[in-house]
Amino acid sequence: MAASAPIISFREVCKRYPGGYDALSGINFEVDTGELLFVTGHSGAGKSTLLKLVAAIERSSTGTVLVAGQNVSTMQRAARPFLRRNLGLVFQDHKLLYDRSVFDNVMLPLQVIGLTTKDASRRARAALDKVGLLAREKANPMSLSGGEQQRLCIARAVVNRPSILLADEPTASLDLETARSVMEIFRSFNQVGVTVLVATHDLAAISQLQPRLLALSKGRQA
Amino acid sequence: MSAWLRHHFHSWRGTIARLTATPIGTALNVAVIGAALALPLGAYVLLVNLQTLAGGFSSQAQVSLFLDRSASSDDIRSIEDRLRRESGVAQMRFVPRATALHDLARSANLSGVIGALRENPLPDAIVVTLDGNNAALAEHISQTAGGFAKVTHVQTDSGWMRRLDALIRLGRTVLVLLGVLLSLALIAVTFNTIRLQILTQHDEIEVSRLIGATDAYIHRPFLYLGGMLGLLGGLIALGLVSGGLALMNTDVATLASLYGSQFRLDSLGAPDCGTFLLFSGLLGWLGSYLSVSAHLQSVD
Repeated sequence: MAASAPIISFREVCKRYPGGYDALSGINFEVDTGELLFVTGHSGAGKSTLLKLVAAIERSSTGTVLVAGQNVSTMQRAARPFLRRNLGLVFQDHKLLYDRSVFDNVMLPLQVIGLTTKDASRRARAALDKVGLLAREKANPMSLSGGEQQRLCIARAVVNRPSILLADEPTASLDLETARSVMEIFRSFNQVGVTVLVATHDLAAISQLQPRLLALSKGRQA
Repeated sequence: MSAWLRHHFHSWRGTIARLTATPIGTALNVAVIGAALALPLGAYVLLVNLQTLAGGFSSQAQVSLFLDRSASSDDIRSIEDRLRRESGVAQMRFVPRATALHDLARSANLSGVIGALRENPLPDAIVVTLDGNNAALAEHISQTAGGFAKVTHVQTDSGWMRRLDALIRLGRTVLVLLGVLLSLALIAVTFNTIRLQILTQHDEIEVSRLIGATDAYIHRPFLYLGGMLGLLGGLIALGLVSGGLALMNTDVATLASLYGSQFRLDSLGAPDCGTFLLFSGLLGWLGSYLSVSAHLQSVD
C-alpha cells in the first residue's frame, strides 16, 4: 500500500527538554504516503516525543522534521492549526470532553473547520459507525468502557478525513483482545490510504499485523 | 453561510449558554462591572450638567462702572464715547439708579426694606459687556475706566466665571483620571472572570488546539463573553446613574426654585448612551482578549 513520496521525514532530529534531558537523539527515518508504522520501545524511549514533533506540539532542538512537505521544526505558530487539521491524533488518555455527548465529541473537529451542521452530523455519524459506536452517540463518554473511549477518540481523529493518523499508546490500558481490535481499526484506516503512525510498547497487540517497526531505546533508534 | 459566520454563530450560542448557565455568578460579575463604571459615568453626567448650568450665564465678561451722583447726561455720554473707542467692548448698557433700585427690589424680595428708604442709595451705572471672557481685557478696561472723570468705582464680574471654569477644568481632569483607573479596574475584572472561565474549559481549549483550532477560533467565544459582560455592566451603570439622577432631581428642583430657576439634572442622551455602552463592551472585550492571549502564550 506504500507509495513512493515520503509524507513524514526525520533528518538528524534531536529533542532536548529544558534541564538538559535528551528525549531524542539523531533520529532519521521516513514514512511513505499510505504506510503503517509502529514506533516501539519501553517507557521513556522517546515515542511520545516523536509523535509530538510530527504534530508540532513540540519543536525539535536540532534537525529537520518534514510533514507533507512542510518543515514543522521552523513552522510559525499561526500555521500549526492548519497542519493539525490534516492529522488525526489519538491519545493514551483519550482527551475526551465529558461535558458533552459522544456525538458532540466527534462533531468538535468539524465545527473547527466550519462545516455545516448537516454535513458535520452526517460525517460524525459515519465516523462513529466505522468504530462501532453509532448506537451510543447520545451517551456520555464517561459511561463508555476503556476500549469504547479509545474507539471514540479514533472516531474524532478520523472524522476530518486526515491524511496522517497519529496514535500515542492507544492500547495502554486495554486488555489484549480489546487492544487487538483497536489495532485492527488502525489497519482498516491504513488500508484505505491513511498514513498511520502508532507509538506502542504493546508488541503482543500488533504481532498479527506484521507491520514495519521503528524501535527506539533511550531516545535513539535501536 | 460561510465557515467564518458559522464560527461566530457557534460562539454566540456558546456565550449565551455560559451566561445563563450560572445566572448568579453572571449577575454578580455584571454588578461589579456596573458599579465600577457607574462612578465615572455619574461624575461625567454631573460635570456635563454643571457646564450646562454655567453656560446659562453669560460667557462674556462684564465690567460695571458706578458713577458719581453729580454725573450729568453729558458726562455719561462722554464716558460711553470713550469706552466705544476701546477695542474688545461688545456692548454697553446704561442702568439708571431708579432702574437699579427697582431691579434690586424685585430680584432679592427687598421691596419692603427698599420702600422704607427715604432716598435711592444706588448710583447710576454703565454695564460694559466685553468680547468673550478675557480676564486681561477686563482688567485693562477696568483700569482705563477707573481713570475717567465721574467714575467712582469699577467692578469686574468675570472673576467668578474664571473660578467656575477652573473648577470645571479640574473636574474634567479628575474625571479622566477616574475614568482611566476604573477602566483598568473593569479590564482586570473581566480578565479574571475570563481566566476562571478558561480554567473550567481548559480541556476543551487543549483539545481544540490539538485538532486544529486557530487562536482566533479559541479567542472568539471568550471575546463575546467579555464583550457581553462589559455591555451588561454598562447597562447596569446607566441604570444606576439614571436612578441616582431621578433621586437627586427632587432635591435639585427644590433648590433651583429658591433661585427662581427651572434647572434639572439631565440624563445622557441616546448617542452618549450608545457610545458609553460601546466603550464598556470594548473594555470587556479587551480584558477578555488579554486573558485568553495570556493563557495561550502560557500553554504554547
